[in-house]
Amino acid sequence: MSELRENPVNEYLRLDRLPSIWCPGCGIGTTVNCFTRALTESKLDLDKVAIVSGIGCTGRVAGYMNLDSFHTTHGRAIPFATGLKLANPDLKVVVYSGDGDLSAIGGNHLVHAARRNADLLVVCVNNFTYGMTGGQVTPTTPISAVASTTPYGAYEETFNLPNLMDACGAVYVARWTAFHVRQIAKSMGEGLKKKGFRFIEIIAPCPTLYLRRNKLGDGLDEMKYYKEKSVVKNGADTREVGLDYHDKIVVGKFVDRERPTLEEAMDKRFTDVLGAKYVPYTSPGKQPLA
Amino acid sequence: MTTGTATKKEKKFRGIVVINHASCKGCAFCVEFCPTKALALEKGFNAKGYHPPYLATPELCNGCDMCGLFCPDFAIFGYREKLEQAA
Repeated sequence: MSELRENPVNEYLRLDRLPSIWCPGCGIGTTVNCFTRALTESKLDLDKVAIVSGIGCTGRVAGYMNLDSFHTTHGRAIPFATGLKLANPDLKVVVYSGDGDLSAIGGNHLVHAARRNADLLVVCVNNFTYGMTGGQVTPTTPISAVASTTPYGAYEETFNLPNLMDACGAVYVARWTAFHVRQIAKSMGEGLKKKGFRFIEIIAPCPTLYLRRNKLGDGLDEMKYYKEKSVVKNGADTREVGLDYHDKIVVGKFVDRERPTLEEAMDKRFTDVLGAKYVPYTSPGKQPLA
Repeated sequence: MTTGTATKKEKKFRGIVVINHASCKGCAFCVEFCPTKALALEKGFNAKGYHPPYLATPELCNGCDMCGLFCPDFAIFGYREKLEQAA
């Protein structure tokens, strides 16, 4: 007969922290499921995986996952993660945060980490609003969408995050919605294997602030809309994947290329200039004594 | 062999769904996106006042774990149990 089974996600979670703070119909938990599936598939040593989050609803992921994790100050997930990776190159560092944290408050860090090709996997859960602080407008809020700071509808031009990351030189850029669970898991698996700055944008519903203010129904209605209105275009030109208010969503893997990472570029430059005098840094405890 | 109609291909496994009622928030993602539409929301409430799902038509469930992949609150998962072949 069947024995009592446990949810396969449980081994990756800090169960004492659950239930989560996420609202009913929020898509962040779904993306966490996909991430755990990707971790299982990748067969990585979990002691060598670190997850870093900023502030916000998505920022809670670092607290709920039973990995080495750090919950940084607002917008500073990427600088912390870059330092973590440079100090301990054996680690797989994942940055898991929201659109407000990564693209607004940490926008400068996002741009420069992509430019330098820091060896990070960045998962950006984009719900078009600041969910935790009361639904303020973010750089990704589509024009005409209502937020608490734009009661007559947003009027600023929005960030097209895949295009921004493509232009900055990210080696892997993909976008999915919370409906595309299998594709997210596959994309995250590819991201975990690759080296360099990998960026995955996941469009997720925010039922309490974004959807309710814009009278778009609840989380389930938004998921049905993702199912209907998303178009898979792998390898699409990222200039043409911008998002309009409640319009079609182009999803897929847009960019997959190779470029020397920050550490590789540094090692190459110093070896060229200093020759044998330069000893590349490996990891703590493995350095030759001076 | 009681009827003359063609016998259905014998199933090699059955799908089982495990639901943790306490952590469900009643978002109904599992019900909506179940590929075989085997789940439905209960009439009753859990302790938090949400309607948790239940396996309405167990014979439809194939244990694909799509519900487990969708559930934002880690409250449901499915798996396949091998059936012993009838001799």
